[in-house]
Amino acid sequence: MTRPLTRRQLLERAALGGAALSLPAFLASCGGSGGIEGTATTTAGGATTGSSKKLASKLTISNWTLYIDVDEKTKAYPTLEQFTDETGVEVDYIEDVNDNDEWFGKNQAALAKGQAVGRDVTVLTDWMAARMVRLGYVEKLDKQAIPNSSNLVDALASPGWDPDREYSLPWQSGLTGIGYDPEKVGRELTSVGQLLDDPKLKGKVTFLTEMPDTMGLMILDGGGDPTKVVKAEFDRAIDRLQRGVDSGQIRQFTGNDYSGPLAKGDIWACVAWSGDMVQLTADNPKLKFVIPEAGGMIWTDNMLIPTGGDVYTASTFMNYVYDPKVAAQIEAYVNYICPVEGAVEEIKAIDPSLASNQLIFPEAATLAKVKIFDAEAADEKAYKEAFQAVIGA
Amino acid sequence: MAWLHRHRGTIPYLLLAPGLAWLAVFFLVPTYYLANTSLQTGSLDVGYAFTWAWENYSDAVSTYHEQFVRSLEYAGVATVAALLVSYPLAYFVAFRGGRWKALLLLLIIAPFFVTYLIRTLAWQTILADSGFVVGVLQTVGLLGEGDRLLATSTAVVAGITYNFLPFMALPLYVSLEQIDGRLIEAAEDLYASSWKAFLRVTLPLSLPGVFAGTLLTFIPAAGDFVNAELLGTPRQSMIGNVIQSKFLVLTDYGQAAALSFTLMAAILVLIAVYTRALGTDRLGV
Repeated sequence: MTRPLTRRQLLERAALGGAALSLPAFLASCGGSGGIEGTATTTAGGATTGSSKKLASKLTISNWTLYIDVDEKTKAYPTLEQFTDETGVEVDYIEDVNDNDEWFGKNQAALAKGQAVGRDVTVLTDWMAARMVRLGYVEKLDKQAIPNSSNLVDALASPGWDPDREYSLPWQSGLTGIGYDPEKVGRELTSVGQLLDDPKLKGKVTFLTEMPDTMGLMILDGGGDPTKVVKAEFDRAIDRLQRGVDSGQIRQFTGNDYSGPLAKGDIWACVAWSGDMVQLTADNPKLKFVIPEAGGMIWTDNMLIPTGGDVYTASTFMNYVYDPKVAAQIEAYVNYICPVEGAVEEIKAIDPSLASNQLIFPEAATLAKVKIFDAEAADEKAYKEAFQAVIGA
Repeated sequence: MAWLHRHRGTIPYLLLAPGLAWLAVFFLVPTYYLANTSLQTGSLDVGYAFTWAWENYSDAVSTYHEQFVRSLEYAGVATVAALLVSYPLAYFVAFRGGRWKALLLLLIIAPFFVTYLIRTLAWQTILADSGFVVGVLQTVGLLGEGDRLLATSTAVVAGITYNFLPFMALPLYVSLEQIDGRLIEAAEDLYASSWKAFLRVTLPLSLPGVFAGTLLTFIPAAGDFVNAELLGTPRQSMIGNVIQSKFLVLTDYGQAAALSFTLMAAILVLIAVYTRALGTDRLGV
């Protein structure tokens, strides 16, 4: 079998670089009219269907773009094809998650009525996954069908919003830190405070539109704790951010469309995601990614079974991708952080350099410096409103 | 057929039916839902309920008047800019295009074959700090050293102007193309200079195109948010950005709908004033 083209190689070929990956707000606008009617959420019938212990003939998966290995020649997904060979279940893999809010906006109306949304598995970030669980829009996993879930790394085993991982399993994680061009900046960066205070960086700095990422780093920089957000710390951080916007120090808030301008030199330093930086630094070795001294953030995209999904088939699929061998195969392409124990040994057979890459298999010392953002605060209206006001929406 | 003969009076209505059905399904029903939503309060956790929440409107205007004004301002400037660029363009195609007309029209529409988002992202490259445009402007001294175009209001207005240009150029072309050349000849026979002939004959006859073009440009431009998001900074955010964030990020459907309605009303009022001033009857629109 020829090794499939990696995500990085694919990106190198994409003329628009990172920009093409990010269809944030525009696609969001097509998100339809979620929640037009006054539907109460109590009608949601999550976790009632149960597991049939019989495989369905087809499994429908919603995922983010470039988030699974692709054979560039045939446009096929090797991992999914092997799953079909093993189980006989056809997989309909749809890359239609561009943005958590957009996905939710599109599907909320149906989910609130307890209707199926035609997906057996969907992948959403921590705080949105927490919202789905809280509102009862998901089915309970059939853990008996997922013995491999014991391969889940300890650090991710017990998030506050799903302490026993009854409803969710991590797909990939990623780190949030600072991406920058040391030549342009002229020194090493070690804190987001430097992004905000260095007069040389005025108008050359971007932050992320995702609140947990930007505010997580800001709170850490102010000496606070983003795993349990306190209003005073949050307010202090948001004031500081607002001053950065007012003074013109902060140029923009971005999705992953920071990568093009960072490579071109329109921006010199930004809040960035590790997976993007793996690709970017491979193309532009002069660029750097650091976790600030005060600490960085780690986030996870989680597999969920939305209401009406086929629990047993979906659980069987989750079990399959939690096999370290399969996980390594996905990881070799995706280059984010693998949540499956044992994948690091397996990946050595594919590409030993990946196993030693700190951004793909971070050491304990790196992991000790990163925090998970308070999922409750991430979905708290007052916080979100304050943040949206700063980023100009 | 016999039935149709007996009921000749119904034929116009039958012919209207598809259009009316379209309006009902794609305009009236959504408008009703939007109006209904704009008076709702609630949250995801407790559900949304219709409560005659007029405060959605007063909050919307008092909190976001800045973005409202900015949107109308940007849309207005972009419309005027699009008119200034499109008029000579359409004039040239209509009167000097000759056998190249079809090709030239195709070139005007060509950018539409590329998605809106990608076109706007292309402007990020065009206006890039280290790009050609900024370099030239700095050399001729229009931009200071270290000044930039990207992430400024100029970039946002330029993006809007570019994106909606065909909506201006095509109606202008149609109205210019229809002008009977003999009228201009007649004016010149009567000793009008070509400039005067333009002012007294061509321009007035092209006003329906100007009218249609400005509306087609201004209305979508006022609600746009892509240009502000990709080419601006938070200080350039338009009302579309706010509505988008309220709907999708904050799931505050009531206020989002109220903002949409307020925008619609503001645009309607402006159009009413504009139509009065230009007098559609005179234009034959």
